[in-house]
Amino acid sequence: MSGLSSRHLLGLENVPAEDITRILDTAISFREVLEREVKKLPPLRGITVLNLFYEPSTRTRISFELAEKRLSADTVNFSPSGSSVKKGESLRDTVQNIEAMKIDMVVVRHQSTGAPYYLTQCMDATIINAGDGAHEHPTQALLDMFTIRQKYGKLKGLRVVLVGDVKHSRVIRSNIWGLKAMGAEVVLCGPSTLMPSEIERFGCEIATDIDTALDGADVVNVMRIQLERQQAGLFPSQREYTNLFGITKERLKRLNRNYTIMHPGPMNRGVEIATDVADGKHSVILDQVTNGQAVRMAVLYLLSGRDETEA
Amino acid sequence: MAKHSADLVISGGRIIDPALGFGKEGHVFITNGCIDAVEGDTAAAKKRAVRAAETIDAAGQIVVPGLIDCHVHLREPGREDAETIESGCHAAAAGGFTTVCCMPNTTPRIDNQETVKFVQDRAKTARARVYVVGAITKNLDGKELAEIGDLVKMGAVAITDDGHYVQNPEIMRRALEYSKMFDIPVMDHAEDQYLVAGGVMNEGYESTRLGISGATSAAEEIAIERDVALCRMTGARLHIQHVSTARGVEAIRRAKEDGVRVTCEACPHHFILTDSLIGETFNTALRVNPPLRTQADVDAIIEGLVDGTIDVIASDHAPHSAESKDVVFDDAPPGMIGLELTLSLVKTYLIDKGYLTWAEAIRKMTTVPAMIFKLPHGTLEPGSEADITIIDPERKWTVKADGFHSKSSNSPFIGKRLVGRVTRTLLSGREVFAL
Repeated sequence: MSGLSSRHLLGLENVPAEDITRILDTAISFREVLEREVKKLPPLRGITVLNLFYEPSTRTRISFELAEKRLSADTVNFSPSGSSVKKGESLRDTVQNIEAMKIDMVVVRHQSTGAPYYLTQCMDATIINAGDGAHEHPTQALLDMFTIRQKYGKLKGLRVVLVGDVKHSRVIRSNIWGLKAMGAEVVLCGPSTLMPSEIERFGCEIATDIDTALDGADVVNVMRIQLERQQAGLFPSQREYTNLFGITKERLKRLNRNYTIMHPGPMNRGVEIATDVADGKHSVILDQVTNGQAVRMAVLYLLSGRDETEA
Repeated sequence: MAKHSADLVISGGRIIDPALGFGKEGHVFITNGCIDAVEGDTAAAKKRAVRAAETIDAAGQIVVPGLIDCHVHLREPGREDAETIESGCHAAAAGGFTTVCCMPNTTPRIDNQETVKFVQDRAKTARARVYVVGAITKNLDGKELAEIGDLVKMGAVAITDDGHYVQNPEIMRRALEYSKMFDIPVMDHAEDQYLVAGGVMNEGYESTRLGISGATSAAEEIAIERDVALCRMTGARLHIQHVSTARGVEAIRRAKEDGVRVTCEACPHHFILTDSLIGETFNTALRVNPPLRTQADVDAIIEGLVDGTIDVIASDHAPHSAESKDVVFDDAPPGMIGLELTLSLVKTYLIDKGYLTWAEAIRKMTTVPAMIFKLPHGTLEPGSEADITIIDPERKWTVKADGFHSKSSNSPFIGKRLVGRVTRTLLSGREVFAL
């Protein structure tokens, strides 16, 4: 049986704190494995995992694939280019055909909200959401929380600022649910045109002034700002975005002394984050990447049902 | 004068015809496919009923004029996989509708006489009367007026670019002015496309939570306000389709108080369902334009129905094939079927909850649409065609995916338990549906 209260990981909304803690705790031992010479464990032997990526991804796809391989799962990768999707095959037919090849777990990234849920209705495999539209990206938020907890030993009571395109960010949404469940104080900061409707109902502090947001904060998680948002008229120019929201050394003075700088990548250096901040000693951006593997190993392991029997 | 014996009599039911102001038990006499007489349950009427060649026993049931749905999509020509005129009219008959007005967003568009004629010819053998609504602009492109005079000459009862807002106010102004020559209503899909900006559900807490692009309710409010202003200026007749927002209802209420010639319709899904359902299972049957709104909007639509701001109940019957709806939410085409459920939904959610009486509800589905679109139907007045719907008001039933006569089954009401159901539908005295 699964070590979690759900057999899929579709998002962090409504995931209980106990499940999040279980994942983060399990990830600690996998994190240690990554420092060994032989970075491989047997628990997912015989389990086949499909990485179904409808959207381009470097970090998340490689991170999942490595996590699967380090747990001895068999993996297959799928992306729509060069597949039957180009020939007009529907998502249902695609996944049902793949499932007929005996797949146990599917890691899915899709441009539309609800695609992972849709897969649960098409197939019996365990589904892990690797990002759906602007909805959720649960493993990113889990690795962010793991990284914060690694440094502070806790999440509760920390003031975490999420800066950027709140409207279109699945990373922010998953972080909100996860961090709130774990008792952190969440501040959202970005241009008001990128603050979605009724965001105040999420129970976060909302700030459109970056200095106010950073005041007394412990963690700043900086999101990538996409150029196409400017083209869509949501802010006037990259220059103005940087002036108003860019995380520069000057602005860090308002943070608590033992502050942390995070970014889920890929970064636009000099736009949403200054290079000296990204590479500074408070930055844990590369730790996030390493931790991501450990957290994904934990998620795969706990959802595989192998944790009680063969571990 | 001794009355001849009728071909058919419907006896024992409670007859409701708002046009006649008739609302009691009685007998409907039908001869040669037309209404002969509607009479109370008097001794004379009983005596005459006995002599009729054929009798329908409607004891315990409600007998009303055949219902009119002024907003349906029959999909033919172009998407016969989703619906045909024949199947759509079968669905209409099963839902108690004997007259439907079909929208022009077919392929090709109904923006020319030939396509009007095609639809009319197809409808000749169908189980319901089909009136065509022609296009406002050529190809529904919003750029040049369609040959509206031609369309009206061919029998179009109104014009609309349904599915598209006439985004250019100058074009809309000319459409309203031009329509005055024919005294037809201009039906308005009131959603400003720039503000909708690709949104596939209502913009609000739910769209934010789900990260699905939202369409602000201001898109409807602004669209209605603009066209009310143009309607006031031109003195034309404007009919707002599927009003879905509280502020939209309010804008229409104010316009009516100001004496602007505006009417409007609401659909069952907009007075029953809210956007909070979407996140449950991402059911693509809930994807519709204008989108499902909030509970406050639902309450406002009901208030508008109650105080008369909303004149008509229409289904916006929008069939889509199972394949086209079996996709992720934001890829699904907008629309849901409605013809076979509207009456039961009205009974369950408006009449049983005490918002409308039977007479008020039936009026919005017969007398009023007949008036707006100048249709010689929707009444049991002697001499008119015997289009009649018989309803079992207390029949409980569960909506099933395989129970539709429509070719499509894209309805979010599948699985719902409803009260009240059409048991029989007559078109010119001929049975076109029996449960």
